[in-house]
Amino acid sequence: MPDGATPFVLDVKDLKTVFRTRRGEVHAVNDVSFTLKSGELLGVVGESGSGKSVTMMSLIRLLPMPPAEIRGGSVMFEGQDLARVSEDTMRAIRGARIGMVFQDPMTSLNPVFTVGYQIIEPLRTHMGLNKAQAANRAVELLELVGIPDARRRLDDYPHQFSGGMRQRVMIAIALACDPKVLIADEPTTALDVTIQAQILELIKDLRQKLGMAIVWITHDLGVIAGIADRVMVMYGGQVVEQAPVRELFANPQHPYTRMLLETVPNIRGDRQEKLRVIQGQPPILSKAPESCPFRDRCPQAFDRCASENPVRFDVGPAHDAACFWDFKTGAPRHA
Amino acid sequence: MRDTGTPKKLVEVKNLKMHFPIRSGLLRRVTGAVKAVDDVSFDIFEGETLGLVGESGCGKSTCGRAVLRLYEPTSGSIIIDGEEIAHAPFDKLRRLRPKMQMVFQDPQASLNPRMTVAGIIGEPLMEHGKMSAKDRLDRIYELMDAVGLNRDFANRYPHEFSGGQRQRIGIARALALNPKFIVCDEPIAALDVSIQAQVVNLLEELQDRLGLTYLFISHDLSMVRHIADRVVVMYLGKVAEIGPRDGLYDDPLHPYTKALLSAVPEPDPVAHDSANRTILQGDVPSPANPPKGCNFSTRCPVAMDICRRLDPEVAEVKPGRFVACHLYNETTSQTAGNAAQTVGA
Repeated sequence: MPDGATPFVLDVKDLKTVFRTRRGEVHAVNDVSFTLKSGELLGVVGESGSGKSVTMMSLIRLLPMPPAEIRGGSVMFEGQDLARVSEDTMRAIRGARIGMVFQDPMTSLNPVFTVGYQIIEPLRTHMGLNKAQAANRAVELLELVGIPDARRRLDDYPHQFSGGMRQRVMIAIALACDPKVLIADEPTTALDVTIQAQILELIKDLRQKLGMAIVWITHDLGVIAGIADRVMVMYGGQVVEQAPVRELFANPQHPYTRMLLETVPNIRGDRQEKLRVIQGQPPILSKAPESCPFRDRCPQAFDRCASENPVRFDVGPAHDAACFWDFKTGAPRHA
Repeated sequence: MRDTGTPKKLVEVKNLKMHFPIRSGLLRRVTGAVKAVDDVSFDIFEGETLGLVGESGCGKSTCGRAVLRLYEPTSGSIIIDGEEIAHAPFDKLRRLRPKMQMVFQDPQASLNPRMTVAGIIGEPLMEHGKMSAKDRLDRIYELMDAVGLNRDFANRYPHEFSGGQRQRIGIARALALNPKFIVCDEPIAALDVSIQAQVVNLLEELQDRLGLTYLFISHDLSMVRHIADRVVVMYLGKVAEIGPRDGLYDDPLHPYTKALLSAVPEPDPVAHDSANRTILQGDVPSPANPPKGCNFSTRCPVAMDICRRLDPEVAEVKPGRFVACHLYNETTSQTAGNAAQTVGA
């Protein structure tokens, strides 16, 4: 990577987030590093508790602090380190330069304000538009996300929209200020498959029109396969594998990724008699990991995994995996 | 529904209707009804798993609950193991309860947080049996072994367990009275992918060992393909299609089934690029005010005139394949063949 001017819109290095609770610390994010190129869609996959949402919420500082604490690392965005900027600067970036879409469209819209008000609000605060301009822009945005009869629907309340339509509204709000980066946290998980298919089409279409970079958090490998350019797999608060989407699905190099791909039944093609099971439970991260967090559930684990936490080794072009086992040679890695 | 070669029908549901009244005005008069389940019929054979799929609000969970008579059905008949339960008096129903059990979606909400695991699993034994305390504890341990829970945890509370383990507690409770028939209502929806496989494998293993019959309700079409022998697809309170698993997944007949299957994203980037998807427009209409004619006609890519006027009956169009669609109707069969091919493209 060239130093100085970076090709990345977002460059996260060694991000560490800890929750301090009465029952001790929880190390939710452990030295997470990743980059996002302009216009790229990065899929972030992991189970609940893997740290995928907390990572993204940390970088826009949308966590309650305390108990959360960003204990280290840097988040470079447009020449500033978001881990260090003032809260005022952060507020100006959040919702404007970085947009967010959350999982549950039921709870992330305010039920007592009209949808129009909720779209117009960021336009007025962040873009300084007057009422009429903002209303026009709001209509444009609702049309952009495929809501019919947009002008009339500005006066409707969230409960008058269906789940899929509400998620479209959320997307419209996130896009309102023309963000450079959109963070979408399980945006289709609460939706039915036929509605999910509509939203995925919408996102593909919007990417072409607007060219923003997207971080798409999900646990659904099917969704990722269809939409991402590059995928980052998280486990135990760390990135365990990262690769371009086709490479990851064709050639997974971390045992967790490999098993994850096998536990999901197919909708087409061969039907497996028995599902592959990942035995055991995800780890509880009461301290920073000193060994591989996947060790207890890993069929490949050997003595080194218990004494050292693997770094991310290069395993192919733009492909890295945090594992001491080398699947290509079928032997431990020499490094 | 007939399926040659399969021995005995354990569950027969006929014309089941479950309507919830809509009340409005000062006097709370009934002004309408949400037809959550509207004239649904299907059979479940002994030892099989019948998958029941559909989107949220299609009535699949209501149907599952009504089949166990956790609701009072509006009309219709439910025969389980030869006994009519849809209108059975409560004392008779209570006698039949041990045969039919349920595993719920949310293991957090369906286990009493103030009871220990032993208390939860032992409760049905106390309600329905006359076991001594020692026999009961033995049975509890046996059940915990069967579902893969450590016996040492018998005196712990549900909050001390993970989601997957909690679901195992719920399964052990359902098994306590040696049921023949279990309704699994989205048993894995609240679990992580790596844990889902554990629970599904457990359900399959228990089925083999104990000869259980499942009604497996889920919105996860891939998982239903894995676990079910036959599948019922519901849309807006009605049956759209019933068929054996392989036939239904390889060659769906109803336009809704086709669209539903094509909407499932595959974990394979290469397949995505070549996939030719049918993306349905719009949302599911309200079950309080379903469209006239076929309830899918408002979103159907191949809707014809007749679909907006006449509600199609469920009919057997191939052996074992039941579809409610005018495309496969006798009178319209001329155009049906051609149209059906275009949908499948």
